[in-house]
Amino acid sequence: MPDRLGEAREVKFRDPELAGELGRTLVSLVDDIDRAPITLMHVCGSHEQAIAKYGLRATFPKALDVIMGPGCPVCVTDAPEVDEGVWLARQGINVATFGDMLRVPGTRHSLADAQSEGGKVHVVYSAAQVVSMARKDPSQEYVFYATGFETTAVATAAVLLSDPPPNFSVLSAHKYVPPAMEVVAQNPASRVEGFLAAGHAATITGYGLFEPMAEKYGIPIVVAGFEPLDILAGLVELVRLVRDKSPRVFNAYPRCVSREGNQPALRMMWQVFQTSSGVWRGIADIPDGNLRMRPEFECFDARKKFSIDASVYASEADLALVKDCICGGIMSGLASPPDCTLFRNRCDPQHPVGACMVSSEGTCKIWYEYGGRPDLSEAGRT
Amino acid sequence: MTGQRVEMRHGGGGRSMRTLIEEVFARGFADMPFDGIGLGAMDDGAAIRVGDRWLVLTTDSHVIHPVFFPGGDIGRLSVSGTCNDLAMMGATEGIALTCAMIIEEGFPLGELERIQHSMVEACREAGATIVTGDTKVMGRGEIDGIVINTSGIAFASAPIRDSGLRVGDKLIVTGTMGDHGLAVMAARHNLEIDGGELLSDVAPLTTMIRAALSAGNGSIVAMKDPTRGGLASSLGEMASKAGVGIVVYERTIPVSAAARAAGEMIGIDPLQVANEGKAVIGVRAEAAGAVLAALRAHPLGKDAAIIGDAVAERPGSVILDTGYGRRLLVESDGEPLPRIC
Repeated sequence: MPDRLGEAREVKFRDPELAGELGRTLVSLVDDIDRAPITLMHVCGSHEQAIAKYGLRATFPKALDVIMGPGCPVCVTDAPEVDEGVWLARQGINVATFGDMLRVPGTRHSLADAQSEGGKVHVVYSAAQVVSMARKDPSQEYVFYATGFETTAVATAAVLLSDPPPNFSVLSAHKYVPPAMEVVAQNPASRVEGFLAAGHAATITGYGLFEPMAEKYGIPIVVAGFEPLDILAGLVELVRLVRDKSPRVFNAYPRCVSREGNQPALRMMWQVFQTSSGVWRGIADIPDGNLRMRPEFECFDARKKFSIDASVYASEADLALVKDCICGGIMSGLASPPDCTLFRNRCDPQHPVGACMVSSEGTCKIWYEYGGRPDLSEAGRT
Repeated sequence: MTGQRVEMRHGGGGRSMRTLIEEVFARGFADMPFDGIGLGAMDDGAAIRVGDRWLVLTTDSHVIHPVFFPGGDIGRLSVSGTCNDLAMMGATEGIALTCAMIIEEGFPLGELERIQHSMVEACREAGATIVTGDTKVMGRGEIDGIVINTSGIAFASAPIRDSGLRVGDKLIVTGTMGDHGLAVMAARHNLEIDGGELLSDVAPLTTMIRAALSAGNGSIVAMKDPTRGGLASSLGEMASKAGVGIVVYERTIPVSAAARAAGEMIGIDPLQVANEGKAVIGVRAEAAGAVLAALRAHPLGKDAAIIGDAVAERPGSVILDTGYGRRLLVESDGEPLPRIC
């Protein structure tokens, strides 16, 4: 049965011929608008992963610039937040986190560095897994280093609400997306003309959440899923809204997303977390962009429980470096990597300063490796 | 190197490992006079001229968690790995292996016997034998379970390099990609996978490669076994060493339903993880059909497929045509990590 379901999904949302048709529609819409560039931003790491995995960028019209916004929760985790995890691991405490968090650099060290020094750093797939590790080993402390947007924050909240053992706690680096989109939208210099919003976060928050933003900033927002056809269909809709100068919200992922979202999940999330302001790596201080644990959950809040003091890792030199990073401008489509004084100089994939160099799909990382967006269409066809 | 320490990525078979070898281990050796294929070639093994034939020499140390995994164990892996490195250089005749075991105090003797039995079985399949060995036992906690090193020698009439591609050559894989790496990861994390049983492909390729070489009759120009780093890493190395581009078509690359499901579940590309019973073969276009037929006639090669071409554009790069569009297929550095975003 699961196999048949898998086949159905492949047929429905992974049909190269249908993709070809959507691609042609995209080209004709962009031709209608007849100016370049038309700049759209997606705000989701999974969108970028799918765009990259299926090579969709190679099929986009040249006049269409689809840029990666602050959408990868791991990449925007700021160095001092990573330092907190490193500090815990160096105290001999078990730190469990998602695999892609391991190599994200702190001020001086990553969790992978802490692991190679002998720190007990574990890769897990869910918060629930850490709870069972903690139950099996009650004499040891287990901290879940929690990253991700609304979707994963709900999963963390669910675990905290189901009576975890006392040797389990959470270090929350969860982020909340809507305020970051607002920061981009209200930047007067921003060239972003439309947002492709993340389908899975919207299953929780509902697409209604975006309506005031679309109205306030006069910018269209399309909620899209993650299969190649979902993304292409979402972009077609978004370009149509840009052409029609129609700043509204369109739900291109109706099989999962509703206007009001998942209310019980939202209640769980807000029962455990509250927003607080904080820096997103290389971007800006995002008001209400971080999700931190409410005082009622203090006994499971690793920051309180272990009185983490990661300030020992901070240094003037590193702070100065961060000040020169123009990731925010690159993500807003205002600058490109060669405009940055740090690029290839003090910032590279082994020692990234900003989020754009951390992610394998980050703009700076791609420029570093390939010298810009490569044109692959002609190779082997002559 | 961060903090001047060895990290896990330095053993992952990717860029970091090559940098470590070039900047630390190969220093002073790469330039020493040597009549044959030596360390500087960074190939699967070395080749020394003996009369009108070549003696190929290779060595490999094996560590794996768990020691017994779906589809094989460390014993089968340690024989297959070395036989395959020899086969990739065209050396399939007169295989003799050495075996050094480093064992942790307390290791169950019964498990050691199972491992030894697997080694015998794998040697039989390859037409190889173990001719000498070494045993060390270390204290509890000083080593994790067991480490097995095997070295091997075998003869080749002409060594096949991994650098021999020319524009117009075809690329063949001998079967489904990613099975070993994903099976081990799934076992390690107790993942339940839809789409059938996920087994490691670990096997010695010697007899299949012998048949392919004979069918190719001199037209096989490059071979690699896509172990750590997977197909992406092997193709990347073949492209950059030969100074050609490579275009491969994703829809022609065999991937089992179970490996595809596991890959999607943990966010890891089956083209970037290890195989232990597969080869990537570069062959002159006119002989591709004959080589493919010979591979498919062998039980280990029934899923073999032509997956792409060597091209003049973008030398050193591997382009993946997905059917939707195109992207560069880049090797991951170090062990690929499961991702959430």
